[in-house]
Amino acid sequence: MTGAIGQAIPRVDGPAKVTGTARYSGEVPLPDLAYAEIVGAGIASGRVTAIGTAAAEQAAGVVAVLTRRSMPKVAAVPLLPSLLGGPAPGETFFPMQDDVVHYAGQPVAIVVADTLEQARHAATLVAVSYAEDPSVTTIGQGRPSAYEPGTLFGGLMPARTERGSAADGLAAADLQVAAGFRFAANHHNALEALTTIATWDGDQLTLHDSCQGIKAVQLTVAALLGLSPSKIRVLTEYVGGAFGSKAMVWPHVTLTALAAQHVRRPVKLALPRGQMFTSCGHREEQEQHIELGATRDGRLTAIRHHKISLTSPFDDWAEPAFGVASQLYGCPNFEGVHRLVRGNTMTPTFTRAPGEAAGVFSLECAMDELAGQLGIDPIELRRRNLTEVDPNTGYPWSSYGLPECLEAGAARIGWDRRDPRPRSERDGNWLIGTGMAAAAYPVAFFMHTQRARAHMYADGTAIVQTAAQEFGTGAPTVMTQVAADGLGIDPGNVRFEFGDTDLPTSGSPVGSNGAMMVSSAVHNAATALRDQLITLAVTDEQSPLHGAGPAQVMVAGGRMTVTGSGPAGRGPAGETYTDLMQRHFMNDAEATGSWDPPPPDTPHGLLTFGAQFARVAVDADLGLVRVRHLAGAFAPGRVLNPVTARSQLMGGMLWGMSQALLEGTRMDTRLGRWANASLGDYLVPVNADAPEVDVDLIEVEDTVTGPLGVKGVGEVGQVGVAAAIANAVHHATGFRPRELPISVEHLLAALPPEQATASAGAARAR
Amino acid sequence: MSTDIVSPAVARGPETGTVRLSINGQQRELAIEPRVSLLDALREHLGLTGSKKGCDQGTCGACTVWVDGRRVLACLTLAVTCEGREVTTIEGLSADGGLHPMQAAFVAQDAFQCGYCTPGQIMSAVALLREGHARDDDEIGEWMSGNICRCAAYPHIRAAIREVRDTGRGE
Repeated sequence: MTGAIGQAIPRVDGPAKVTGTARYSGEVPLPDLAYAEIVGAGIASGRVTAIGTAAAEQAAGVVAVLTRRSMPKVAAVPLLPSLLGGPAPGETFFPMQDDVVHYAGQPVAIVVADTLEQARHAATLVAVSYAEDPSVTTIGQGRPSAYEPGTLFGGLMPARTERGSAADGLAAADLQVAAGFRFAANHHNALEALTTIATWDGDQLTLHDSCQGIKAVQLTVAALLGLSPSKIRVLTEYVGGAFGSKAMVWPHVTLTALAAQHVRRPVKLALPRGQMFTSCGHREEQEQHIELGATRDGRLTAIRHHKISLTSPFDDWAEPAFGVASQLYGCPNFEGVHRLVRGNTMTPTFTRAPGEAAGVFSLECAMDELAGQLGIDPIELRRRNLTEVDPNTGYPWSSYGLPECLEAGAARIGWDRRDPRPRSERDGNWLIGTGMAAAAYPVAFFMHTQRARAHMYADGTAIVQTAAQEFGTGAPTVMTQVAADGLGIDPGNVRFEFGDTDLPTSGSPVGSNGAMMVSSAVHNAATALRDQLITLAVTDEQSPLHGAGPAQVMVAGGRMTVTGSGPAGRGPAGETYTDLMQRHFMNDAEATGSWDPPPPDTPHGLLTFGAQFARVAVDADLGLVRVRHLAGAFAPGRVLNPVTARSQLMGGMLWGMSQALLEGTRMDTRLGRWANASLGDYLVPVNADAPEVDVDLIEVEDTVTGPLGVKGVGEVGQVGVAAAIANAVHHATGFRPRELPISVEHLLAALPPEQATASAGAARAR
Repeated sequence: MSTDIVSPAVARGPETGTVRLSINGQQRELAIEPRVSLLDALREHLGLTGSKKGCDQGTCGACTVWVDGRRVLACLTLAVTCEGREVTTIEGLSADGGLHPMQAAFVAQDAFQCGYCTPGQIMSAVALLREGHARDDDEIGEWMSGNICRCAAYPHIRAAIREVRDTGRGE
């Protein structure tokens, strides 16, 4: 059956986005709106001894200056990831409750004024005095106090993953590879800053908030303020990018609500770009050490993978690095250990492909090195270690596709033409290399019940609703397609309504679960309404469908039919929803649908698989790395819309390129502050950095991940790209990158100087 | 890209005063302080929120508008310096209320995801064609590199610009 699902339909919100009429959170017009500006701590550790507010309070337009003395006390709320569907504060610490400074930029005062300019200026007039203590802001500074936590993620995940004995497996190996890697901290830098508008009407709070999950915002603010969730409504349709920075609910949201309550006016807070580096988490600075053991014919005997990373003073947070690394290959012995250093930063958070982007980097760089030492083609080495079951549990994959992805990506990049020897290909003064890596990302069933509502009018048009929001994934588009097919009507007759906590609950689309969980609820709501109308038809004596079995009725284009039942030559018997509803004097019909995920211990291995290939050019004199071509192949279950799926995968792949070559937030340890907290100093890719990107989609049938068999595409696009690039850099130069982002300095030290002299002429000639 | 807007000297203090702007062909009058940027004047005072604030520091290009037909960064331009000039924003790009060919091409090529940088990308893209800076992909990439797309739709943005260039419907 052909339907809307799987069709390359352009985004339904495209016209709104290209005309600038799509409304983001800071763009809601409200009368008497006041503007808030946060004053962040100027030290990284110590105490606030005094806050001089007089000058700010006397500045033109200032409505209030809030400090800890005017800030109500909030409840303590545990840190649990938003994918669980409950309150989800980004850190357990809440600012402006006492005088302790835990990290630079921590809110210590809030200025509210009539205009943005007045608020911003007055914030500079707030005089904060401190008693400063020495700070720890890097792993290096805190390494002696490193510890192994019991659990991560608010107790959800073990900090240690073990199967078999890595020590025994390494001892039994013919060959070992050991490598250490360093990863700079990363900041998401969604282009739309985190923004909150808070409005009180009596005890009823309305929030417009740039977030990944409006229900999480509602429940978090309710928990912190001790309010019933029924008193809080969050309205957010369009979000200008998130990438994990808006998955958790950060203190500024509740601070804005409290400021609005204090001044008895609507208050808007839009974080300035600089504060985006100290307000919504980051991917933590980390180091990983990996050891592989293998037999001479390339079978892995052991993987030992350790990580140490920096967390905040108050939360045991690390992005879990060993999900995919422990599952990708059928290796009998695995040991993964997270260790933490407490430092003076805010709690790190989810950043695109959390944990796996770094964990798979280490694994896949080490695999490339192992392939080189064994003299086995890197793809062949992966093939020899592929597994049909999750090696942690022995359960079969819910769906696989990795061998097909390896094949498709290899064809796309021209792998069979590759000379395996490093430094074997040149283009003028550029050293050319090709590298690859396997990729995967977990499918996690942590979410609660997902709900949606389908509402049809007698003219055959429908409104389908759920409390989702759109931050670039294409949710309104694919949910329109899913609803259309579920109802059996054209997508043009469906309006998908979202972005309001009063709508049926859907969880935060994080960890690549959005398409799976929301589409499941939408599908179930739409088919429930369809079945309701079919039941009405087959029991209606006036209907041509009367007496038919409901299961035999098909609906397409709003017309219900029973195949083979009609008079000869007149097509199948049937009637439209409109005929049926008008005959029954029905103005409309409605149904809700819900979906519960399988239990977390469902007997299946759950990963979305892919393969990444990169072709790079390295300037032989300058060490500059330019990516010439990226090719990825992915098996994300059912693809709801190849346009939006490809775009998200392409974006993820370019994020991987950026992780490899550009992104790093550097700490000024003297001040305990991020040294490059701007989009001018924190490098992200621009158009000229982005090569052409090929995305191949390998559809695999999955009967576990919801009624439609959708997995996800948000993260897997990024996983493995950095390793493919690092492996390509090695192929080009013979140098093995050990630090991300890879920089000119690393390569200059490794490029042979005679090479530079010999090739200078060629560079000019080019 | 040029930002060298020079305005006639006007005797004014730091206080709120009347600023008259011509935006998308309409005369608008605002009571604002001289320190108000063109971007904040558009977004916070005139309800024209199509121009986006990404960095407020001139590094991301989300606020790109045209002043007298040239692309400028509205976050680094004081509104008061635009008196006597014509400001064009994404809201004024298409005269007839339909989509400008570049807007249609962005939809057709899926040249955006979250959409937040998109108005700025489109204002740059149309100007780029007018400036003759779209001869090949390298040139497009270079001259579009003042507009960050964090979703990284860059290959599709180049495709959209090529599409409009090759059909000659850029104006």
